[in-house]
Order: sequence, then structure tokens, then C-alpha cells
Amino acid sequence: MNPSPILRVQDLSARYGDKWVLNRISLDIEAGEIVTLLGPNGAGKSTLIKILLGLHPVQQGLLIKQPGLTIGYVPQRFHVDPTLPMTVTDFLGLNRSRGKIPALLKQLGIEKLAQQPLSRLSGGETQRVLLARAVGHEPRLLVLDEPAQGVDITGQAELYGQIKQFRDAFGCAVVLVSHDLHLVMSATDKVLCLNGHICCAGHPEKVSADPAFVNMFGAQVSRTLSVYHHHHDHHHHSDGSIADGAECNKHD
Amino acid sequence: MIEFLLPAFLGGWILCTVTGPLGCFIVWRRMAYFGDTLAHSALLGLTLGLLLDVRPSFAITFGCVGIALLLVLLQQQKQIATDTLLGILAHSGLSIGLITLSFYRDGNFDLMTFLFGDLLTLGWNEALWMLGGALVVLMLLAWIWSDLLLVTLHEDLAAAEGMQVGRVRLIFMLMLSLVIALSMKVVGVLLITSLLIIPAASARPFARGPIHMALLASLMGGLSITAGLAASWLWDTPAGPSVVTAAFILFVTSLIWQLIHTRFLAREPGVADA
Repeated sequence: MNPSPILRVQDLSARYGDKWVLNRISLDIEAGEIVTLLGPNGAGKSTLIKILLGLHPVQQGLLIKQPGLTIGYVPQRFHVDPTLPMTVTDFLGLNRSRGKIPALLKQLGIEKLAQQPLSRLSGGETQRVLLARAVGHEPRLLVLDEPAQGVDITGQAELYGQIKQFRDAFGCAVVLVSHDLHLVMSATDKVLCLNGHICCAGHPEKVSADPAFVNMFGAQVSRTLSVYHHHHDHHHHSDGSIADGAECNKHD
Repeated sequence: MIEFLLPAFLGGWILCTVTGPLGCFIVWRRMAYFGDTLAHSALLGLTLGLLLDVRPSFAITFGCVGIALLLVLLQQQKQIATDTLLGILAHSGLSIGLITLSFYRDGNFDLMTFLFGDLLTLGWNEALWMLGGALVVLMLLAWIWSDLLLVTLHEDLAAAEGMQVGRVRLIFMLMLSLVIALSMKVVGVLLITSLLIIPAASARPFARGPIHMALLASLMGGLSITAGLAASWLWDTPAGPSVVTAAFILFVTSLIWQLIHTRFLAREPGVADA
């Protein structure tokens, strides 16, 4: 039997107004594993993240967190008004001890940014500073919403490498939303394809061969990621519901 | 002359100790219009206070808090954007306040004083009230300073780190409401937003950090009070508008200084690519 997960989601549904964006989601996040959420725009990825973080109420279903679970969060967008004069060090020291900051900057290779104003950082620099803030209090769970947005290709690989490094060093679990299939697949333990419901879930190699995955991302993408694929068993309407009523495949 | 101007001078500087930092947050959070709405609707609170015989400072504070809460409530519906709601509340508050005022038949109330302030007649008693109010605001501010900064940077990040974002925002609105009540006598409710945002904007080019910018903004506010008061005394100009004009001149000076400074820096070798 598995050790109890640090976070468990059971039959969770969520809606905005009368539109259901998440439909009976269930998943476990074990200590130390990297879980990647994939899915088209509007699939409910960000909503699921917000629920995990406690930013969106649980309307239906269960969210069980390990008592005292500390969470680090890297948001999707981080715009700092240029009128706010704040350096990277000031930001990392907000509500935190300043003693750890030099080591933290060194760990992420951004010592040079220490005295830079936040509003003048590039996309990649911003993501690294956010990651530094998120890992600064050594969380048991790290949640990242499209961390590689606005980061160039080499920067992306580096960023995912740093996330994995941090996991290896501190054993925290990682949940991340991403569109960068190629990069993510190599650094993830579990992939979750979301489109309102969970289309498929499991090890990246298995998932990339899954018909639901192929259906979502197209055969071309799937072929570049895996060696084989089999036939689709269901289709999606544009709103994400399943067209022919077939069940999703389970991969465990 | 000194005895006559001293309470106004001190009251103005006391007010600026709080308008400096709060003004910075309004600029950082892009809430200038929100400050305006609170200030405009303060008239509603004041006139209700007159009718119910409540001290004006309390009436205005409660009026502003009420409008702020109403705004939060209206924001629950997702159809009409916040700036539209602010416009609706500002002008409706002002209008309903003016109508309420028309039922109040006491000749002692001077609308112009309320709208534009009457700094020269500020007495020791009022200066003391301002000192008390400013101390309350400063203590609240010291208490939530870094929380408010983090909420200003990214609300979801602050909430994910376990902060009670709603509580921080509520305290901020409460502080803002108090400051509007305190400022009534100095610049009046129509001009209070300018005393909040102009010194903060002037302070920006010189600021090396958030606290530094807040202190500089207070200083710039105080200088504007001094200059406005002097102009009003010497040339008999209206005090509130004189203070705001002085603040504006400081702002333009700061802009010019910044322009010259960046030109000068750009010519130095090594920073030419900046």
C-alpha cells in the first residue's frame, strides 16, 4: 500500500456561474513526485491549481491536505508596477528571514539579480525569482502555473532542471501546469491530461500513447513523444465533454 | 502670525505622515480612482452625520467604510467592471449627499469648506484630533506593512502563502477612510486624492525602496503644505488649492530632475545601452 498522500483530491467538481469547469476529478499527490497537468486552454488547469492552493472554494467533492502542509507557489503572471521600487532581495525578504537569501540566490544562479528592481526583470529572471521565493521556506509541495511562460528555450530546460533539482534535494512534491510537452515529459513522474475531467493519467511514456492524449494534442505531437499509439476510444466536443459516451482508459 | 498659523502648519504635517505611505500604496496598486470615490461619497457620510448629530470625523469615516464595503459587495457580480462601479458610487454618493444636505437647514454648514478645505482656520483642538487619527493609522500601517506590500505585488501569491488577504484589504480601506476624514479640513474631500498621489508620484524618481519612497512622499506632502500655507497667507489664495498647486509644482520639478538625470547618466560610458 502507498504511504498516505500529502494531498488527495476526491470527486472534485468546480464551476464558475453555471459553467462546470472541473468534473469529478480525483488524484493523489505523493511526497516527492512531480505531477504535470496538461490540457487545452479552458480545460480547468488553473482552476484545479487554485483549488489546491486554497484560492478557489471547494464546491463539490473533497480536498484533503496533510496537516501542516507547507506550499510554495509560482504564479503564472507577475506584473510589478514600475512605481514600486523594490529589489529582488527586498521581495525575497518580505515576511521572511533575510539570512537565507544569498544562499537561495546562489542555488538558482541569480546572485547578480540581488539588487535589481523587480519591475525591470526579464520573463526568465522573474520566473527564477518567483521560484526562489516559492522554495525559500522549503515547502512540502511546490505548485507552478506555467512556470516557463516568457522564458526562452534554453532557459526553459534550465528552469525545469532546477525544479527537479530542488525536488531531489528537499523531497518536496511538485505540481506544475505546462504546455511544453517535450521538456516536461523528461522531468515528470506523472502526467495528468485534463479537459474538464481527467482524460488520462499516468507515467509520461504511457500517457503519450494514450488515445485521449493523441486526440487532445494531435498525432504529430504524440508521435514525437512516444514510439507507438493506439486507436481513439472517445472524442471531445469543443466544450470538452465526451462525444460518444465511452469511458476513459485507465493507465496504472 | 505664528500662533495663528502653527496649528494649521502642524496639522498639515501630521496629515502628511499618513498620506505619504498610503498615497504610495494607492499609486502602486493603481487605485487613484478608488480614493476619489471614497472621498466623493464622504459627503454622504458627513450629511447623514449632521442629521444624526454625529461628530463629522466619525460620520465621514463610517460613510467611507460603508461605501468601500458596498463596492466589495457589488464586485461579487462579474458583469460590470470595477471602474464603472466606482464611477457609479462616486457620483451617486455625491448626489445623494447633496440632496440630504438640502434637508439640513442649519446655516452653519459651509459646503465649500467641506469640498476644498479650510486650512487657515484649523485650530488646536482639530490638530490634536488629527494627531490621534494619524497615530492610529500609523500603528495599523506598521502592523500590516509587509503583508500589504505582498498583497500589492500579487494577491494570489500572498493568499497561497497563507495570508488573510481579505483582512489586509479591509484594514487598508479602513485606513484610507480615516485619512479622508482627517484631511477634510486641510484640502477638502475633492482634493484629498491629489494629496495622496501627487507627493507619491514626485517621490518615485528618488526612492530606493518602499519605505524610502513613503518617507519621501510624506516629506514632499509636508513641503507642499508649507508652501501652500505661505502662499495663502501672503497672497490670500485659497489654502487647499494652493497646497495642491504646490504639490504639482514639486511633481513637475521632480519630472524635470529625472529627465536631466537620465540624460546625464545615458552619456556616461558603460550605461549607454540602458
